[in-house]
Amino acid sequence: MGRFTTWFYRMGSPRWFFDLSRPWLVGFLVAGIVLLTVGTVWGLGFAPPDYQQGDSYRIIYIHVPSAHLAEALYVAMGVAGIVVLVWRMKLADMFIAVTAPVGMAITGIALLTGAIWGRPTWGAWWVWDARTTSVLVLFFLYVGIMALRQAIPRADQAGRAAAVLAIVGTVNVPIIKYSVDWWLTLHQPASITFTAAPAMPPSMWVPLLVNFLGFYSLVAAFLVAGLRNEVLRREADAQWVRDWVGRS
Amino acid sequence: MGARLGGALMSEFLAMGGHGLYVWLAYGISFAVLAGLGLRPIVERRRFLANARRTDEGRNP
Repeated sequence: MGRFTTWFYRMGSPRWFFDLSRPWLVGFLVAGIVLLTVGTVWGLGFAPPDYQQGDSYRIIYIHVPSAHLAEALYVAMGVAGIVVLVWRMKLADMFIAVTAPVGMAITGIALLTGAIWGRPTWGAWWVWDARTTSVLVLFFLYVGIMALRQAIPRADQAGRAAAVLAIVGTVNVPIIKYSVDWWLTLHQPASITFTAAPAMPPSMWVPLLVNFLGFYSLVAAFLVAGLRNEVLRREADAQWVRDWVGRS
Repeated sequence: MGARLGGALMSEFLAMGGHGLYVWLAYGISFAVLAGLGLRPIVERRRFLANARRTDEGRNP
């Protein structure tokens, strides 16, 4: 076996993950808290006001990172879904179980901050345009995965059903991304892309980048922590877990 | 003088150009949700440890 294959199969071992992941948890947590604090203070207190929207645009510093993360987490679940169906890897199934409620909460942040931003900007808390509607669908896809896992009593069947929904649901992600280009939406198109210069000065987008990294790091820490607990719960009868309980 | 200036700056900061309610509501909700997401694994871990210790005592009293 090549080095990658060995690594891949080891990664699938819940115990291996548990033994290695503690420093990751600490690293992501510290990075997440520091970055989010810096980005938020910067965005709220030091970035200049927008020439059209004034200070209400500052909601961008949580809205855009959370919305982006909400999509990325779903794609990650889709990839994990393939791993579940093809390699039957337990850790990938645990990842979907742990990520679904976190993804739902992050999508909730994106929707709520969007609604709050919409009120002074569009004059309405909610509009049924392509962007808002497709993100609402994303929210219910997360809910659907959680519901499937709860509704199916056999764990392996529940895991496979959730994996299928995770894979199929990723179709919605490009729809969310391109909704602002394909349809006439009230939602503005992206201000920052890989292909063009940002439509805002560095004093505005640098704190956005900082909060972006902060959201990703903090949620990575939450997922690692959740996954560690999930490993413990599922392997509760294994000798190594009982030894670990004895030590801690 | 300095304190009054500081107070004026602070209330200007909190007002967010008349959009204070929206900005602070958005940040308040977001950080409350993040805090909840962070607390959950801590509670779960404590619950697991408490359960595991109880089961272990049952096994070897």
